[in-house]
Parts: sequence; structure tokens; C-alpha cells
Amino acid sequence: MSKRRSDWESRLQARFARWMREGFSGLDDEIMVSLRQETSETLPSEQMADDHREMADTRRYERGIALDRLAQYDLNAWVSRKGRRLLSRLYTVLAMSLGVLMIFFLLKTVAMMPRFGSPDTPMINEVTDRYIERGLQETGAVNIVAGMILDYRAFDTLGESTVLFIAACAVLILLRIDWDEKAGPALELIAEEWDDRHYEPKNDRILQASAMILTPIVLLFGIYVILNGHLSPGGGFSGGSIISAGLILYLNAFGFKKAGQFFTYRTFMWVSFSALMFYGLAKTYSFYCGANGLQSGIPLGIPGAILSSGLIMPLNIAVGMVVACTMYIFYALFRKGGL
Amino acid sequence: MTFVHIVLLGMLIVCALSVSLTRNLLTSLIVYMSYSLIMAVIWMLMESPDLAITEAAVGAGITSVLFFVTLKKIHAIKGDSGREQAEK
Repeated sequence: MSKRRSDWESRLQARFARWMREGFSGLDDEIMVSLRQETSETLPSEQMADDHREMADTRRYERGIALDRLAQYDLNAWVSRKGRRLLSRLYTVLAMSLGVLMIFFLLKTVAMMPRFGSPDTPMINEVTDRYIERGLQETGAVNIVAGMILDYRAFDTLGESTVLFIAACAVLILLRIDWDEKAGPALELIAEEWDDRHYEPKNDRILQASAMILTPIVLLFGIYVILNGHLSPGGGFSGGSIISAGLILYLNAFGFKKAGQFFTYRTFMWVSFSALMFYGLAKTYSFYCGANGLQSGIPLGIPGAILSSGLIMPLNIAVGMVVACTMYIFYALFRKGGL
Repeated sequence: MTFVHIVLLGMLIVCALSVSLTRNLLTSLIVYMSYSLIMAVIWMLMESPDLAITEAAVGAGITSVLFFVTLKKIHAIKGDSGREQAEK
């Protein structure tokens, strides 16, 4: 065994070197050489010697194959017995050390942070003072967070909405199953629908009854959160996700056919597009006026009234629409690959 | 640091450990949901209600629902229908 093994090792190395040099294995090389010899030396007088050589060639060839198999078997046995254990142990050790390292760094960072709520943190500087002192006067929003997100830092929010929209487009490209109107639904779509039905019985009485009561309340609460974004906690993003949660509940209870009556790709496209467009144009106008609420000509209104604080409420509505559509279409695409 | 804070933070740690240590994917997903909910309560106690609403809606709601759908797709939820299929 050991002799064979050493033989195989030298063989493998030699073959590997030859393979590196010429691009194919040494076994093929040997066969080629023997074939060339056969074609060049076919004199009748050397018939016996030729036969002899052929037999030797065949024997060598068979021996090569056997050795190859043996090597393969040895390798397989090593991989399945020792290699797997070694690899899993290595994986465990690496994962553990990486996790401990991450925990160490995070704890170090947390320990270096200033105490929660202490007045001498680096975050509390003249910017914060200005936001707190003049935020109400400049943005007209009672909820100072909404004033910051949608007025002082509205450009960031535009980027966030665009990122969500692009993510929805990417998921659409990856997960949508194509459906030709004339040819009828594709086979994959039928299979997905069957799978869906198999795992979740449709027309569940309890789910439908509770969805009938809950969906309007959830949608109303979402609209309330969006419309009162400048007065109370909340705003476009949270309100939009609440609305999309209500839509997903409706979709789960009543199925894709009923939900498709009011929400299609066209709806998604137009609502998201017009909301993002409106956001961009409104913010462009605001920046054109010097990013100042007082000079843009849009009245700020009385703080605390629902129609106040200039552009913040329409911008909240735009963000909410984008978020609601995006989350809903995420769910639909994940579940069935279409609407 | 009040008593409530300490209890909530301890629950966070327990949830985070059990998410990674449970074998059943469905169980770990539900524990993950509760993690988000506890986090929302903590945001509320730290006087940032905006974040609390978003955490509850996105972390506990939308993300978990997407995870559920994915688990269903890869047939990781073992209910009655899963047992039926195994019998077949």
C-alpha cells in the first residue's frame, strides 16, 4: 500500500508538471506516443514485436487507469473521513474567532461612547442648538424630527426614497415571472400558484373576517401617521410601511385576484414615479429659493394646524406612497413572482 | 438606568442569543420578531417615538413577513401540509 501510494504521488506530481507544461494529462501523452509509433512502424517483419508492444501498451494503460482509480478512492476517503472533520473544525474556529473579534470591537466602541443624555457629548453643538431654537420658526413643523428630515436634510430623504425605488426595480427584474397576455400564464406561474395554494388554504373564514375589520383601521392609521407627520411622531416612512402592512394583510386574506383589481404594475409605476418626481421638483424649487422656507412663497401657516409647515406635508405624502408601493411589491414578488 | 431598562436589555440579549441557537427556523424568526418589538419599546423609553413606530412597522412587521415568505418558498415551515408531503 505504502509503495503504491508513493508511486502514485510521484506519478501525480510528474503528471501535474506535464499537464502544466502541455495542457493535457500524461496518460493521453502516452497513448498519443504509442499511436504514433504504431502508424510509423507497421512493417510486416516486425509484426510480432508490434503485437508485443501493443500488449505492453494496453497493460500499461490499464495499470494507469487502475492507479488513477486507486488515487481517486484514496482522495475520496480522505475527504469524507478526515477532510470534512478538519474543514468543519476550521470553519468553527474561524467563525468563533471572528464573532469574538466583532464583539470585542463593538463593546470597545460602546465603552468609548459618551453617557446617554449627558450634555457634553460631541453631538450637542451649535447645529443642534440652532435646530432646537429656530426649527419651529423656520420649518413650521411642531415635530422637530419631521422638520429636520424633510426640510433641513431633505436631500438625504430624496436619496432614501430613490434607493427604495431602485431596490424594488431590482427585485422586479430578478423575481418577476414573465407572462405573455396572448399565450396565457407561463408554466412557472401556474406552478408557483399551485405551490402557494398547497401551502396556504385560500378563503380562510377567520382570516377574512379579521382582515375585513383590521385592514381599514390599519390603512386609516397609516394615513393618519403620514398626514400628521409634522405634528406628531411618525411621517412618510413609518406611515407608508403601516399602509403596506395593511395591504399585505388584505392580499393574504383575499388573494391576488382581488388585490389585483386595484394594484397592478401600472399603479406601482405611476404612483412611485409621480411621487418621486413631485419630491424632486418640490425640493428643486425649495433649493432654488435658497433652501429657505420664508422666501419660497409657500405659507408656513400656524404651527400646530394640519395645513402648516409648508412643503413638509406633501413631501411626507410622497415618501409614504413610494414606501407603501415598494413594500407591497416586495411581498408580492417574493411570494408569487408577480402581481 | 431604571429597572425596566435593565429587564428590557436583558430580554434583548436573551432574544439575540436564542435566535442564533434555536434549530427551528420558524421559532428563531418569531424570536427575531419579538427582538424588534422589544427594541421598539426601548426606543420609546429613550424618547424617540419616530424610531419606535418605524422599528415596529418595518422590523417586526414587513421584514418578518418577507422572511416568512422566504421560509415558505424553501419549504422550511413544517406544518400539516409539510407532513402530508412527507407521507407522499
